[in-house]
Amino acid sequence: MSVSVRIPTILRTYTSGAAEVSGDGGTLREVLQKLDVDYPGIGGRILDETGKIRRFVNVYVGEEDVRFTEGLDTPTPGGSQISVIPAVAGG
Amino acid sequence: MALSDAPQFGPATALSCRECGTLYDLGPIFACSECFGPLEVAYDFGDVRREDIESGPTNIWRYRALLPVPENVATKPNLQPGWTKLIKADNLAAELGLRSLHVKDDSGNPTHSFKDRVVSIALEAARAFGFHTLSCSSTGNLAGAVGAAAARAGLDSCVFIPANLEEAKITMAAVYGGRLVAIDGTYDEVNRFCSELIGDELGEKWGFVNVNLRPFYAEGSKTLAYEIAEQLGWRLPDQIVIPVASGSQLTKVDKGFRELIKLGLVEDRPYRIFGAQAEGCSPVSAAYKAGHDVVQPVRPNTIAKSLAIGNPADGPYVLDIARRTGGAVEDVDDREVVEAIRLLARTEGVFAETAGGVTVGVLRKLVRNGALDPDAETVVLNTGDGLKTLDAVAAEARPTAVIRPSLEAFRTAFAN
Ligand SMILES: Cc1ncc(COP(=O)(O)O)c(C=O)c1O
Ligand SMILES: [Zn+2]
Repeated sequence: MSVSVRIPTILRTYTSGAAEVSGDGGTLREVLQKLDVDYPGIGGRILDETGKIRRFVNVYVGEEDVRFTEGLDTPTPGGSQISVIPAVAGG
Repeated sequence: MALSDAPQFGPATALSCRECGTLYDLGPIFACSECFGPLEVAYDFGDVRREDIESGPTNIWRYRALLPVPENVATKPNLQPGWTKLIKADNLAAELGLRSLHVKDDSGNPTHSFKDRVVSIALEAARAFGFHTLSCSSTGNLAGAVGAAAARAGLDSCVFIPANLEEAKITMAAVYGGRLVAIDGTYDEVNRFCSELIGDELGEKWGFVNVNLRPFYAEGSKTLAYEIAEQLGWRLPDQIVIPVASGSQLTKVDKGFRELIKLGLVEDRPYRIFGAQAEGCSPVSAAYKAGHDVVQPVRPNTIAKSLAIGNPADGPYVLDIARRTGGAVEDVDDREVVEAIRLLARTEGVFAETAGGVTVGVLRKLVRNGALDPDAETVVLNTGDGLKTLDAVAAEARPTAVIRPSLEAFRTAFAN
């Protein structure tokens, strides 16, 4: 399924500066695998050595934080908007 | 932007990744490009002496030698926050069964919350980086602090809040004349929006105090640790209870205590740090109790709106610190928050906002369940002002009687 992926500033070195790229896959895991093929190395920035989403990165499919849904197995139907966002401090 | 050797940052030398240690030049960046870990300010302090601090101004700038700010920061237009009262709370201590208790009352800051501390550091960074607009995502207090600081400094401001905040916080955020944008959504959604705005040209030359200026912002909370130690006579408390929203404040109070020890400014003694959350938004407390070292986000539902961050960025560090120091993270429900606001007001004459109610409520709970040592020197933070969250107690804090202006009416009303 064709989806679009928003790239945070710190990862745009992998995408030649592009803030948004298109991706493909039926689940978030597949989309990230394909993304790493298209932009080698970017996957290892989002996932840790054990293949889990790094603890200081938030990934959204549409409006939903995937930690609320099925994590890497979250379905990514055609047209989904995926966002990768570093955690930020609050208040 | 390589400004490592610029004097604007005082003793600060670099930004370093808290997770993997990668070093970066001082700049408006906040996440490690290797691992997304949060960046922290690294320093070369040299020799820092008590006398130099004691002869400084009665605000956070007395600690400028420990902060990423220029030497002449005290002469610049900023809100000069800090040096708030450390109240010896004997009445509350007696009521709870504690031997020694102090309340660090940060409602005494210029915009009535501890946020003036963090914003003042971020403001100096914004100036150094040449930003023209000061911004933030806020659960309420931060928005007011940013608006006021920008007004004082002569910068533009544009702050973002969840639309459902308390009226007083909305008014305070708007009154300073900058732009206030209310977003239909939770704080976490506002936060996400701001992260995207930063990558966009709409947000160019904007300093988001808690996003791209976060490493600088966060350092401001260290001043709570410094002040408490100095006000106790250059001693660390044995145990301290701190509210947790994103967990930044708690994390930096710990950093401040460790720096004081390393610099030889206080005796190296163990201290225990306890985190306080509202049950309706207690992802860190839940992770603590479950023995996890990552935090599962939640959707907040509590009257303690200033602490309503469901996805706390520094949550993992709060867990590490509570465990390392022998503390804990605990939560109380909204009923207990209201009781605690009234308890603090009744015993010490301090009117706390809901965040203070959470912290005092957790203090009481931790004494009752034996987690706090009743004989140890204890400090509890009140980080905000009750006037901003009147609704929490308005229904209960009412006139004792309404009478005609006559002695007879008074006598009748109080006959028993
Ligand atoms: C009054 C008050 N206390 C405490 C906090 C917690 O701060 P932190 O996000 O650093 O944990 C906040 C944050 O918004 C606040 O407004
Ligand atoms: Zn790192």
